[in-house]
Amino acid sequence: MLRLAPWLITALLVGPILAGLAMATLPAFGYLPALGGHSLSLDPWRDLFAQPGLARSVAISFSSGIATTALSLTVVLLFLAGASGSRLDRWIRRMISPLLSIPHAAAAFGLAFLIAPSGLISRALSPGLTGWERPPDLLIVQDPWGLSLMAGLVIKEIPFLLLMSLAALHQIDAERRVALARSLGYRPTIAWLKVVLPSLYPLIRLPVFAVIAYASSVVDVAMILGPTLPPTLAVSILGWFNDPDLSRRFMASAGALLQLGVTLAALASWWGLECLVRRLGRGWVAGGQRQRGERRLRIIGKTLILLAAITALVGIAGLALNSLAGFWRFPDALPQTFTLQHWQRALPSLGGPVAATLIIAGAATLLATALVLAALENEQRSGCQPAQGQLASALTLLYLPLIVPQIAFLFGLVVVMEALGTRPTRWLVIFGHLLFVLPYVFLSLSEAYRRFDPRWSRVALTLGSTPNGAFWRVRLPMLLAPLLTAMAVGLAVSIGQFLPTLLLGAGRVTTVTTEAVALAAGGNRRLIGVWALVQASLPLLGFIIAVGLPRLLWSNRRGMRGTP
Amino acid sequence: MSLPRLRHALAAGLPLAALLGSPALLADPDPSDWQAVVEEARGQTVYWYAWAGEDRTNEYIQWTADQVAERYDIDLVHVKLSDTAEAVSRVLAEKQAGNDERGNVDMIWINGENFATMKTNDLLFGPWAEQLPHYPLTDPDNTPAVRYDWTIPVDGLESPWSSSQVVFYYDTALVDTHPRSMPELLAWAQENPGEFTYARVPNFLGNAFITQALLELADDTEILYEPMQEEDFEEVTAPLWTFLDELHPLLWRSGRAFPSNSSELRRLMGDGEISIGLSFSTTEASGAIANFELPDSVRSYVHDDGMIGNMSFMAIPYNAQHKAGAMVVANYLLSPEAQAHKQDPVVWGSNTVLSLETLEPADRALFDDIDLGIATLAPDELGEVLGQPHPSWVDALAEAWQARYVGR
Repeated sequence: MLRLAPWLITALLVGPILAGLAMATLPAFGYLPALGGHSLSLDPWRDLFAQPGLARSVAISFSSGIATTALSLTVVLLFLAGASGSRLDRWIRRMISPLLSIPHAAAAFGLAFLIAPSGLISRALSPGLTGWERPPDLLIVQDPWGLSLMAGLVIKEIPFLLLMSLAALHQIDAERRVALARSLGYRPTIAWLKVVLPSLYPLIRLPVFAVIAYASSVVDVAMILGPTLPPTLAVSILGWFNDPDLSRRFMASAGALLQLGVTLAALASWWGLECLVRRLGRGWVAGGQRQRGERRLRIIGKTLILLAAITALVGIAGLALNSLAGFWRFPDALPQTFTLQHWQRALPSLGGPVAATLIIAGAATLLATALVLAALENEQRSGCQPAQGQLASALTLLYLPLIVPQIAFLFGLVVVMEALGTRPTRWLVIFGHLLFVLPYVFLSLSEAYRRFDPRWSRVALTLGSTPNGAFWRVRLPMLLAPLLTAMAVGLAVSIGQFLPTLLLGAGRVTTVTTEAVALAAGGNRRLIGVWALVQASLPLLGFIIAVGLPRLLWSNRRGMRGTP
Repeated sequence: MSLPRLRHALAAGLPLAALLGSPALLADPDPSDWQAVVEEARGQTVYWYAWAGEDRTNEYIQWTADQVAERYDIDLVHVKLSDTAEAVSRVLAEKQAGNDERGNVDMIWINGENFATMKTNDLLFGPWAEQLPHYPLTDPDNTPAVRYDWTIPVDGLESPWSSSQVVFYYDTALVDTHPRSMPELLAWAQENPGEFTYARVPNFLGNAFITQALLELADDTEILYEPMQEEDFEEVTAPLWTFLDELHPLLWRSGRAFPSNSSELRRLMGDGEISIGLSFSTTEASGAIANFELPDSVRSYVHDDGMIGNMSFMAIPYNAQHKAGAMVVANYLLSPEAQAHKQDPVVWGSNTVLSLETLEPADRALFDDIDLGIATLAPDELGEVLGQPHPSWVDALAEAWQARYVGR
């Protein structure tokens, strides 16, 4: 049974993606019988390349993939390098979970309201400091270079990369490495960058790739913060798929393949950058320089991460304020009146979507966790564990859903599901979520599981326990903390899914996220505030349980409580 | 996974449906036998795919659901869309996969553009709308908008629901005298740069603005109501591009960014970034004031030569599973009671499609009692309603706009 787990996972994830991609490829070459496309042709591609502003869309998508990742990663690494266990460092670590649980769209709305010329900052400074009675006519949000889009993505990707890095750091015994380097006279930050980073990076490479793929193909954040003339490639594609003129579907499919190409190109360029940095970095590491720039690096790292965390939190606070606001004329720093009306109108309709969200997220996470545990346990028992940081196993394919842009295969997948005669149900949506939940659960759990000291199980076996007994009574309880964290990540991922829920549920399965995005189309910031807070509070609940439960259960076992 | 079935499904689609004609499936209800339709509808669950970006719309739909549950024992479910084309996509995917009888979409709230698409692609059930008991209340013989949706013959394939007209709104605290025509708007923008914008084309409000501008500026508007001929396009639309080329540098953000839809436009107004906006709903400003989104100094106005207007409709896809239920709901939506409730700005404020002259006095009273709100123009102030040009013109305009202004 256990031996089947890796194959089951691979089939479950890879099958739908390949099928979906195939169904995007056929229309991209003109084959779509329902719309009268019976023969293969290159017309969809000609139409696509004739689209005004296409080159610009592609460039923005590509560069936001690279720039977002480079910036988030730099900030995370500089922060970790300079971290000294101060109160500020601990606060930032504690903020990871709340920041992770803010849905991307909500964070984007928060940022947009913060930095717009008529936004929170401008209101706080006006008219006193700026003299503005009317908002200045400045193009900040939705700027043509995608800078606000990248900023919005960076504040969400930092906590993710930080979480992944902290999990990986345990494996490489960072403290002793730094201690050794310090004994040779290196300042702490320099020591960390020279002796820890080279071993850490291979371990977080996959999450980094996932960030590149996500940032180059994101839809919801790009709709809120991205440029509009033209929008990013993924947003354009969604527009073409939804165009009333059905013949545009052919071009949209070609666009979906182009998106896949852009994402792959971004990944390839990143790989090139890696080689470059490795070559340049080697000289720096070996150069023996021990002190220079230490302070500056540390301060930059701290400032930037603090800025990102505070931006996200203030943005959400701004949304919360909006959800209670009456009319709020421009230079006023606070609304003229407060009202509960927005909450009162939304509350009656919250129940159903919240319940559906929890059921779907719960089921997808439980399934994913069971499959991941089975695969990892199989790895332990068969002894064919991949070497540290190496990905050479069938399970590498597990990360396909994180690399292939959603927009490239989901439309095709819907056609496949229809052809198989499956009815859109809650189960189909759960299955769709599983595609994205599983990789993240695996990503969060695998390192803890693999580095679990095998001697514990061996002791249990020598004492007469069966392998199953050792799993249930020793390994699982001892891994409770990382297991719950992985499940909380899984819940958060499922709760945030928009396109899979909409497409596989035929719109009939409403979750908090589909409601929030549908309302976001209406742009009423007060209502968006209400839904974004609800949407953010659900995953937060998961993280609170993940931190609190082990402490409660193991109140008399300090070592079992896990690190917060 | 059965490959033959997949292939069959792919090959089905168009030829089969074209052969049968969309309404020909045997089990379909017959709208002329209304009693039987109501009987069949009893106990059905109707999935109504409708744009859900406005909470007052959603609340009205929920109210409708309560009503039809009580009266007809129908379970009406609002499937919330952020774009109506998602529903069209869904029906298309079903057709592509050979699902011709058990479709998920029972009813769509649809506009002219999507209707034209679904009609040409044989994705609609019907004719059924003219047999609805409440249909005569729209006075179809004297109301062309009921029979022609964006100049496309309706042919009983959709039932009218709401009528709307483009209106401008402005903040009286910031604007002394509002423009009364497109040239005046341009002149106003020259004096107040950065204070006006419209929704990005091809959003329907953006399309409406450029179409309105063309209707006001073109020498001959008759030609716009015929299918477009390629050779006419340049000459007819030349005044529009001259106008827009002049206007764009004077827009909000110098025309380098546009709000993506009417709600975003409204938000810019609420934030004080612009002082003139426009909407496809005559009561939007009043509703937004009540909802704290706009200052209470906002009022509406129209141009002297009239403003574009149209109707939105209910359509039933050819493969809908609960056609009887959908027809009963569509008929209820046309009832004086439901239409009057919808027109009340406190509820939603969306204009009725009924012809008030055809109503019984008691039903008419329902409409007379409605308080339209401070920023809503009275019916006689709304001026002439200009018909929506043929979709081929609107499509071509939207495409030309994008080629001209996107990616510069």
